[in-house]
Amino acid sequence: MIRQLTSSERQNALVIALAVAIVGIAMAAVGRSDVLGVHGVIVMLFGGIVAYLVMSTFYDPEPTEDRAASYYDDPIKAGIILSMAWAVFGMFMGVWVAAQLAWPDLAFDAGWSTFGRLRPTHTSGVIFGFGGNALIATSFHVVQRTSRARLAGQISPWFVLLGFNLFCLLAVSGYLMGVTQSKEYAEAEWYADLWLVIVWVTYFILYIATIARRKEPHIYVANWYFMAFILVVAILHIVNNLAIPVSWGSVKSYTIWPGVQDAMVQWWYGHNAVAFFLTAGFLGMLYYYLPVRAQRPIFSYRLSILSFWGITFFYMWAGSHHLHYTALPHWVQTLGMTFSVMLLVPSWASAGNALLTLNGAWHRVRDDATLRFMMAAAVFYGLSTFEGSFMAIRPVNSLSHYTDWTVGHVHAGALGWVALITFGSLYTLVPSLWRRERMYSAALVEIHFWLAIVGTLIYVFAMWNSGIIQGLMWRTYTEEGALAYSFIDSLVAMYPYYIARAFGGLLFLIGTVVGCYNMWMTVRSVPMAARTADVPVTAAVVPGE
Amino acid sequence: MPEMFHRKIERSAVLFVLAIIAAASVGGIIEIAPLFTIDETVEEAPDMRMYTPLELAGRNIYIREGCYACHSQMIRTLRDEVERYGPYSLAVESRYDRPMLWGSKRTGPDLARVGGKYSDFWHVAHLTNPRDVVPESNMPAYAFLARNQLRTEDLRDHLAVQRTLGVPYTEEMVENAARDAYGQATPDTDFAAGVTERYGDATQVSAFDGVTTHVTEMDALVAYLQILGRLTNAAYRDTAATEKPPEAQD
Repeated sequence: MIRQLTSSERQNALVIALAVAIVGIAMAAVGRSDVLGVHGVIVMLFGGIVAYLVMSTFYDPEPTEDRAASYYDDPIKAGIILSMAWAVFGMFMGVWVAAQLAWPDLAFDAGWSTFGRLRPTHTSGVIFGFGGNALIATSFHVVQRTSRARLAGQISPWFVLLGFNLFCLLAVSGYLMGVTQSKEYAEAEWYADLWLVIVWVTYFILYIATIARRKEPHIYVANWYFMAFILVVAILHIVNNLAIPVSWGSVKSYTIWPGVQDAMVQWWYGHNAVAFFLTAGFLGMLYYYLPVRAQRPIFSYRLSILSFWGITFFYMWAGSHHLHYTALPHWVQTLGMTFSVMLLVPSWASAGNALLTLNGAWHRVRDDATLRFMMAAAVFYGLSTFEGSFMAIRPVNSLSHYTDWTVGHVHAGALGWVALITFGSLYTLVPSLWRRERMYSAALVEIHFWLAIVGTLIYVFAMWNSGIIQGLMWRTYTEEGALAYSFIDSLVAMYPYYIARAFGGLLFLIGTVVGCYNMWMTVRSVPMAARTADVPVTAAVVPGE
Repeated sequence: MPEMFHRKIERSAVLFVLAIIAAASVGGIIEIAPLFTIDETVEEAPDMRMYTPLELAGRNIYIREGCYACHSQMIRTLRDEVERYGPYSLAVESRYDRPMLWGSKRTGPDLARVGGKYSDFWHVAHLTNPRDVVPESNMPAYAFLARNQLRTEDLRDHLAVQRTLGVPYTEEMVENAARDAYGQATPDTDFAAGVTERYGDATQVSAFDGVTTHVTEMDALVAYLQILGRLTNAAYRDTAATEKPPEAQD
């Protein structure tokens, strides 16, 4: 990690790590009578450990070769490891909270282990920990290869990766201690949010600077999506998290947005976190790793343009479909519904473009589970975007909202689309990044694939059933015109599905553990591949700008 | 030719970034900004009262424990919801709510109008172990709330921030925040009288968890649950609701 840095870069890295540690000490001092003190200690330890790592190899020989002649892959490797570690953690928490809904005593009469506190550790663990690290790692890989240039920084990629993981750590440890803004998918409190802004701006600058170095005249389509992901997530994060802390020594803050306006801002954020974190970023992966693995060019350039701008423009209007029939003004609900339905066009353009790219490579889909992961991801993407548009229609939403149907829909997207495209991409990336001939075991990839597919299907079918039953029970009337079921009747009807759902999730988790083992063994025991030219273009063949 | 135009912008990172910002900004601006300028967005409710310090502290415990993950506080404009939970929710009812807690999932029932529907004793028993009261429930037990002393010394800062954000707390309310939190959970004391004086006669002063010697997180959370839906009667007055508003309890 340090070997690639010159001595002045090592000094800078040390200064940054120590500065973080000092901020941690300050937080611990100011917040000593609050949970903030605990987080101060965590920040201090984090900064201290990084400083120790830098110092332990501080006087190692400096790099002698021309660094611009090779790609910067160390942060990508670390990102993949972190991503898989968070995947296991986040999915385990998911299985645990799922089991709690069926067997509530699994909370063991403690505060930290109740459903309400564990649920965001699951959502943040998988979305930010697993998804975020995978996005950072793959975006660093894709931007270098498609620009044929090395990352435009030596320390900044590490700062982005480690800084982001510090954010995840603060977020998740905070939830266990009851630190939360209660904003869905943005639960982390003000100081963690401020830190993420610094990290994210660095990420954006690094990305744009790398693209500016490119030796290709055009910016490749995968980079459009990664740029939209980085840029729009920054906008969403800042606006949604505007808040005033109770004091500098308190973890608690109050958002500046009140009541109905807060509802709109939260779901503008929430739905576009789905759009730009869980869709745009992962479409970036799809547009690079799918054609690479299939050895086929993207089917249609025009469809790529249509779907990119459609997604970027339409999605931002769609958030209010989370607030149908609420106190949000009717006109905003209607706009949200309208744009949600229109979103089907760019969404299916993307899914179709991906599947048509496989034309001529279907024999590879049959034989290669890695490519099949990506094919299945595109299918689930198409299905869940159709379902999303459908559920955004007001009368449909009257049945589905507040029920498990929504949870099933989210997981069709999160497991079926986000996780499958990530595994497909990582199985492509790991051997090439560590320069191995192949993955350790193709059979294990195959097993992972089927565990993931079966797990997802069990999960989604359980939640469709429970959600629709629940929604119907709430609105069923007796012949006398009275409500037929009490609320608790509808809960009792859910228990079999909650058990099935936990089982589906468990299969998916086991698949992920199998994947970790396979990647670990690939790095450990698969022979090195014959060296192929995988280096940046140093002399500009075609001028960039 | 649009394709040629796109070939131009995809050759420039700056142009591309600007185009993304332009395309992505429109929806949010058009949907969010008017919510602050169109007066009908939030109804008038002259009788609207604010959370007392104890209720606000209880609300923060509700947030801390992630109750919103399973309980909504938003009754939709649908017949079955109105019949099950009460008059549909109005925007004004959450005008002081930062953040709003409308929720997105009902693993448990909606709580927008739960205030006054059950006794304090029921709430304490239910929170201590939900299955003692509702055998089929899958809600976690919150017995530890009764073991935790409520932190009151920083409530003054909480009210001060709320005031900065536009909630009409007076200087006196801010100064007496900790005292009032204690007073609301200890009836028949001077402290209790101060709460009624500052927040009105309708304020529920009660021993909540049954113990008056100290104020616990259980006191605060029950105080909050008991005020839900009772900050204003606007929902009973301005809608077609046939029910009468819940009576103020003492």
